Amino acid sequence: MNTFAERFSVSGSAAEIRRAKEVIGEDDDFTGVMWGSAGGFGNLSKGVPTFSVPSVPDPTDFLRLHTDDHADPSCKIKIKHGTTTLAFRFQGGVIVAVDSRATAGSYVASGTVKKVIEINPYLLGTMAGGAADCQYWETYLGIECRLHELRNRERISVAAASKYLSNLVYSYKGMGLSMGTMICGWDKTGPAIFYVDSDGTRLKGDLFSVGSGSTFAYGVLDQGYRWDLTDEEAQELGRRSIYAAGHRDAFSGNTINLYHVKQDGWKFIGNYDVSEMHYNGPGGTGGYGYGVRVEGRTSANPAS
Amino acid sequence: MDISFALTGKGYVLIAADTTAARSIVKMKSDEDKIKVLSPHLLMAFSGEPGDTVQFAEYVERNMRLYHIRHNHELRPPAAASWIRRSLADSIRSRKPYAVNLLLGGYEPRERTPHLYWIDYLGTLATVPFGAHGYGAYFALSLLDRYHDPEATLEEGLATLRRCIDEVSKRLVVSPGKYKVKIVDADGVREVEL
Repeated sequence: MNTFAERFSVSGSAAEIRRAKEVIGEDDDFTGVMWGSAGGFGNLSKGVPTFSVPSVPDPTDFLRLHTDDHADPSCKIKIKHGTTTLAFRFQGGVIVAVDSRATAGSYVASGTVKKVIEINPYLLGTMAGGAADCQYWETYLGIECRLHELRNRERISVAAASKYLSNLVYSYKGMGLSMGTMICGWDKTGPAIFYVDSDGTRLKGDLFSVGSGSTFAYGVLDQGYRWDLTDEEAQELGRRSIYAAGHRDAFSGNTINLYHVKQDGWKFIGNYDVSEMHYNGPGGTGGYGYGVRVEGRTSANPAS
Repeated sequence: MDISFALTGKGYVLIAADTTAARSIVKMKSDEDKIKVLSPHLLMAFSGEPGDTVQFAEYVERNMRLYHIRHNHELRPPAAASWIRRSLADSIRSRKPYAVNLLLGGYEPRERTPHLYWIDYLGTLATVPFGAHGYGAYFALSLLDRYHDPEATLEEGLATLRRCIDEVSKRLVVSPGKYKVKIVDADGVREVEL
């Protein structure tokens, strides 16, 4: 009601913000006519986009000083590391499976982390490396994807979304970001997976696994993977691969989250306890564990 | 860990680069193309810091395209090499340098000559008859000193290239599996099967 008066007032919060914007030289007040106009240059008409950095003399040194837990275990900020995530493409879409453990050093900080970030109904992102970095930037990506939709009246392709993220993290290269993520979804071209990490690497592929447990997951995944897997077989393969990593890798485990992306968007399949999978398997159909699987079988020769 | 080779022959330049994308001890991908086609008669193999490689290669690619559009003429190989070298030389003195090594191969239709340049991330440019980057260089350079022939036919050139790849497969502990090979000659740029 008082917006008009507020716009010209010299005291109050609105004026404070206005003054602060003048000081930093920031001007985010786009007018309606700027959207997608300016002769095809869109919002570039305001010049090349820039971003601000933390207000310490050298942000890179600052972060390194406070996060380097290899050299200094008593560092101030402990970044959450250690994960297993996987995604693969097959005849029936994309399977995304992740574990749910968060560790800070040798301490298990949480066992119920959501490592699949639901960017929008057609796009999923996985989380490995710094939990905050992944969560923040993938949510931010979701915002940009929505804006793309509004501006172009068309859903963003997985290729474009992943390139947006890779260019973004590349602009922060060397400043301490730590992410290893897979952007998965379904667009005009069908199912797609892109691996994007904080080095700025971006790879298109059929099958990826990221995190400290990735080698264990690859071991099961590569051996069981075929393009013509049925939906049930594919979900089972994803679940079993994360189980393998949860079992062998100390920094992965607790539970498994499973997603399936199809033409009409992603679907959450379920949450599975790793111990439960070890002893009983999904729905009590037989445990995945080696001891459980070979129960009662022996290599010994019977006395002849 | 990327490996790339290049060599000149009678009227052509051959460039080969491995196709693995690795992170730590894991091969993330085995069919990555690390040779960019910059223009109808220009090829560039790139290797180095992950992230920087593709960003720099795409930057060069777009600038070559821009020159083509503006002047209705593609940049000649020596000019392209100078421009790229200068980009890296400026980059190395910047706050965040590109750590990218290149092999630039081109063919000039008018003078009917192949050109090959070896460029590193420091901004060193060398005109060479053959070149290599990565661990492959330790094996291939001596081999090419011995076997390279500037007047080799395409078949002979490919055979020499195969020698390099076989030697690396034989002696390097962590040798990559597959290579992509591209050629540039009077007919332009194309991929060849080894």
